[in-house]
Amino acid sequence: MSYNARIPRRWISQDAPQATSLMRFTLTSVWSPINGFLEWFGELGVFVWQVMRAAVRRPFEGRELIRQLDEVGSKSLPLVALAGAAIGAVLALESRYSLVRFGAKSMLPAAIVFSIIHETGPIVTGLVVSGRVGAGIGAELGSMKVTEQIDAIEASGVNPYKLLAFTRILACILMLPLLTLAADFCGVAVGWIVDTLAEPISFHKFLHAGFAGASFSDFLAPTFRTAVFGLIIGMIACFQGMRSEGGTEGVGRSATSSVVLSSLFVILADVILVKLILVFFP
Amino acid sequence: MMHSDQAVTLRVTESSDKRAIENTECNTANPAVVLRGLHKSFGAQRVLDGIDLTVGSGKTLAVLGRSGTGKSVLLKLIIGLQKPDSGSIRIHGQEITSSNVEAVNEIRKTMGFLFQHAALYDSLTVEENVAFPLRRHTRMTASERGDRIKELLAGVGMEGELKKMPSDLSGGMQKRVGLARALALEPGILLLDEPTAGLDPITSREIDELILKLQEEHDVASIVVTHDLQSAKVIADRIVLLHQGNAVIEGTFEELERSDDEFVAEFFKRDS
Repeated sequence: MSYNARIPRRWISQDAPQATSLMRFTLTSVWSPINGFLEWFGELGVFVWQVMRAAVRRPFEGRELIRQLDEVGSKSLPLVALAGAAIGAVLALESRYSLVRFGAKSMLPAAIVFSIIHETGPIVTGLVVSGRVGAGIGAELGSMKVTEQIDAIEASGVNPYKLLAFTRILACILMLPLLTLAADFCGVAVGWIVDTLAEPISFHKFLHAGFAGASFSDFLAPTFRTAVFGLIIGMIACFQGMRSEGGTEGVGRSATSSVVLSSLFVILADVILVKLILVFFP
Repeated sequence: MMHSDQAVTLRVTESSDKRAIENTECNTANPAVVLRGLHKSFGAQRVLDGIDLTVGSGKTLAVLGRSGTGKSVLLKLIIGLQKPDSGSIRIHGQEITSSNVEAVNEIRKTMGFLFQHAALYDSLTVEENVAFPLRRHTRMTASERGDRIKELLAGVGMEGELKKMPSDLSGGMQKRVGLARALALEPGILLLDEPTAGLDPITSREIDELILKLQEEHDVASIVVTHDLQSAKVIADRIVLLHQGNAVIEGTFEELERSDDEFVAEFFKRDS
């Protein structure tokens, strides 16, 4: 029975059908994306469960893991180093201008080192890797999916969640902290070069001033939070790739969504992790 | 009630139309694949509507039907790449619909699958493609594996293309390599999805001969999805025709060719 059947006809406005239709349209347009989002999360949960189940069972894919460590680590190194160096140069230029204005020029090495190690190094590495590796994994697995190569792996009695997904996710988790160290080093080194061009200072003195008052936890927690970035990048890129459908267009969509979603989740995770680090390593 | 000594048996569900239906049996003591009441839908589209099928060891069943009638889905259900909505799939007596991933993977090692477009791993060479199942599921030494790969590729006339990448091969060559890969573990069951589609007549005949050889020498049970009636006539012991999710008719090529059923006659008319 419809609602209208219970309501006296005279109470119903002439505009009621139009209003009902508008309400239904509004509800549908609001509910549809929410439903899609919840569905995506549900599927991601199932995917993570399948990867975790596959990960603890033999055989362990050592050869594929080494290949992925090279793919994620070595091949991302030049780009990450370059991004770190650029950030170091920009920080040195910007910080000098600000600190000189406030008469705190002596704080310049510490400002550069802390900024890079605490925030810019990890987040820039996370975003650069999510762009390079996320797109690569999304496109590679997406292409394998639409050409039935993943089905062929499964049909030959090999678990694709272990061979393809787990190895890539683990490689991202292991390589992100190492890449972050490389970005940090390049950032600090280029920061010193830029600084020393304006006002000569030895690298030893620069580091001494930069790390004065810094503890081990200042260094450790921000670097290792990039392992979480690695988990996010690997997981989302593998998930988007392995659910790809619709031919070459679908592969393109997988690559794009891998980058967009992993970058977005890296930034969101960064906010949460910074807060947690401040709580646990004050 | 089905008997275990049926080699190729097909029952049509009650929902099927009144087309001529032949429920034929061919004796065997050892069924390799037994399907019972298999249903599969994608959304509102019903693809398979209660198919029953038995294929014995050493027998070849050709599955015919118009495009989109669920022939490839049938093969994917048998190898566990898709799950049926209901029904039973027994491979060498073992139910796969209720088995866990590990058990299904063990069963898959006894089956070879040739995909419609070969599905070769495009980052691996021809040699590595064929080596893939051997490397994973056998304890062969490198030299034993090398010999086996050469033997398999020689069997499909591709022994000279070891180091080529799949992208350097024609469609027919890719299918041959796909077939060599499917045969790597000496499967008891072979599932072939349009093995001769897009191939020249000579290569098609060579593939047919290879399937016949396997049938004779290794007692391999094969299910071949094809549109190639000539190929079906040569390789298949029995032929089943699917239409609207059901098996319309099953029998030998000659039996189907003689059928009075309008749809069957229409299907076979083009080649006659």
